[in-house]
Amino acid sequence: MNKHLRAIAVPLIAIAVLLAFWEWLVWFHGWPRFKMAAPSDLIPAYQRHWNLFLTMGWQTLWRTVVGLLLAVLFGTILGMIMGFSRTMRDALYPILVGFNAIPKATVVPIVALMFVGQHDFNTILLAFMISFFPIAVSVSIGLSTLEPEYRDILRSLGASQATIFWKIALPKTLPEFFGALKVAVTLAFIGTNLMEIVSPHGRGLGALFDSGRTNSDFPLMFAVLIALAFLGIVLYYIVVALEKIFAGWAERAPS
Amino acid sequence: MTQLIEIKGVRHAYQTEAGPLPVLDGLEIAVPEGGFVAVVGPSGCGKSTLTRLIAGLMKPDEGEVWLHGERVKGPRATVGMAFQNPVLLEWRTILKNVLLPLEIVPTKLTRKQAEERARFLLALVGLEGFEEKRPSELSGGMRQRASLCRALIHQPDVLILDEPFGALDAFTREDLWQTMHRVKEREPFTGVLITHDLRESIFLADQVVVLSGRPARTQYVLDIPSSGPRTLEDLYTPIAAEQLNILRHQIQIAQGRAPAEKAAP
Repeated sequence: MNKHLRAIAVPLIAIAVLLAFWEWLVWFHGWPRFKMAAPSDLIPAYQRHWNLFLTMGWQTLWRTVVGLLLAVLFGTILGMIMGFSRTMRDALYPILVGFNAIPKATVVPIVALMFVGQHDFNTILLAFMISFFPIAVSVSIGLSTLEPEYRDILRSLGASQATIFWKIALPKTLPEFFGALKVAVTLAFIGTNLMEIVSPHGRGLGALFDSGRTNSDFPLMFAVLIALAFLGIVLYYIVVALEKIFAGWAERAPS
Repeated sequence: MTQLIEIKGVRHAYQTEAGPLPVLDGLEIAVPEGGFVAVVGPSGCGKSTLTRLIAGLMKPDEGEVWLHGERVKGPRATVGMAFQNPVLLEWRTILKNVLLPLEIVPTKLTRKQAEERARFLLALVGLEGFEEKRPSELSGGMRQRASLCRALIHQPDVLILDEPFGALDAFTREDLWQTMHRVKEREPFTGVLITHDLRESIFLADQVVVLSGRPARTQYVLDIPSSGPRTLEDLYTPIAAEQLNILRHQIQIAQGRAPAEKAAP
């Protein structure tokens, strides 16, 4: 019980301390509201636009999740291809790294022009493009670094490649996969918001941020950022919970 | 006399960038049913290649490997393997790890019978009460015991042990040697043991094969009579000392550190 209380109280106190410091910083410098917002300014912003936050937040959330799911699917398949075939790894790795090195902000206008008006699709596409890389890399590394003895144990009994994959390679890769998924979650949010902010007549929290920007409404802009952080935290801990269920064995018991 | 394992004139070379690297050159080993052969030799002389050949995980360039009067052409379910690395699956309990081979090979056992058998084997090696633990909760020696149970669960004709005790401390190792005798009594098997430890070889095996340096051929065969060292005390008798002396000398010849003229048995 004490342990649970601690697990919740410690991060909450840390957040409270951070907010208090932020409030003090704004008060100390006497920054006006058109320059910087304080946490106390955010509450009225949320109150005023509560409905917008709910609908826009939902927009952002579902598109991020769909993009992430696509990234998981595609990244896992790509990782399997690269993990099992040396040739494919040699062939695809440089391309992947190059693709990953392209700043996605530069891709946004291209995608927005290519699929004009298809805002949902564009946003999901960008979330997907930015987040599949770590998943593909981690799965391919997990599979290609499988110790030969693990294979031999099953192979010497006449097991097929598919059996070896399901019984050993896949579960053994899960800890790496979830590590990558934690990175991918936050990346997917970046992708979604890039598109929402940049593309005209966008929707989602990114668009709400943009409307705050055009109106110099700093409290609204900061309120959006905090809302994004909140969604990011929620999704992250959902991944952590999934990791506990599916790869909890990789966690050492505290001793 | 028909042998359970027969290795006849096996030659094998690995293809490297610098050309073929011969590792085995004229290997002759025969193990009768119920026999236990230890293979010793200098480092890197191709001992592990030998285990992979018997398991059917690879084919020799030349020569033949026979199991049970059948030529080995690929992996077969009648082989059990244990390595220096116990390679237990961390996400399974010890019991589920031991049961793994039965998920691959066809078995007549029901789920319940299989579990009973696994529990019996675990108790035999002294792991009673650890069935539901995860591998990470066990010590190195205990993991190796569990790995041994996994190798035996499907009642293999042949047990291949590739330096299974190599990474353990001396006391744990001696403990496991005694466990091996206990297991063999209750669960008879035909075994091939790869080892670096000469005491281990005479303690466990009834025949010790010394391989020459790379490329390896059968250099010397020492028969250990059934009256050989079977308890730890036996290892400190003059007979055991004599056997160890012979083997040590043979290893020195294999390493090229002693002249070979006295090699004839």
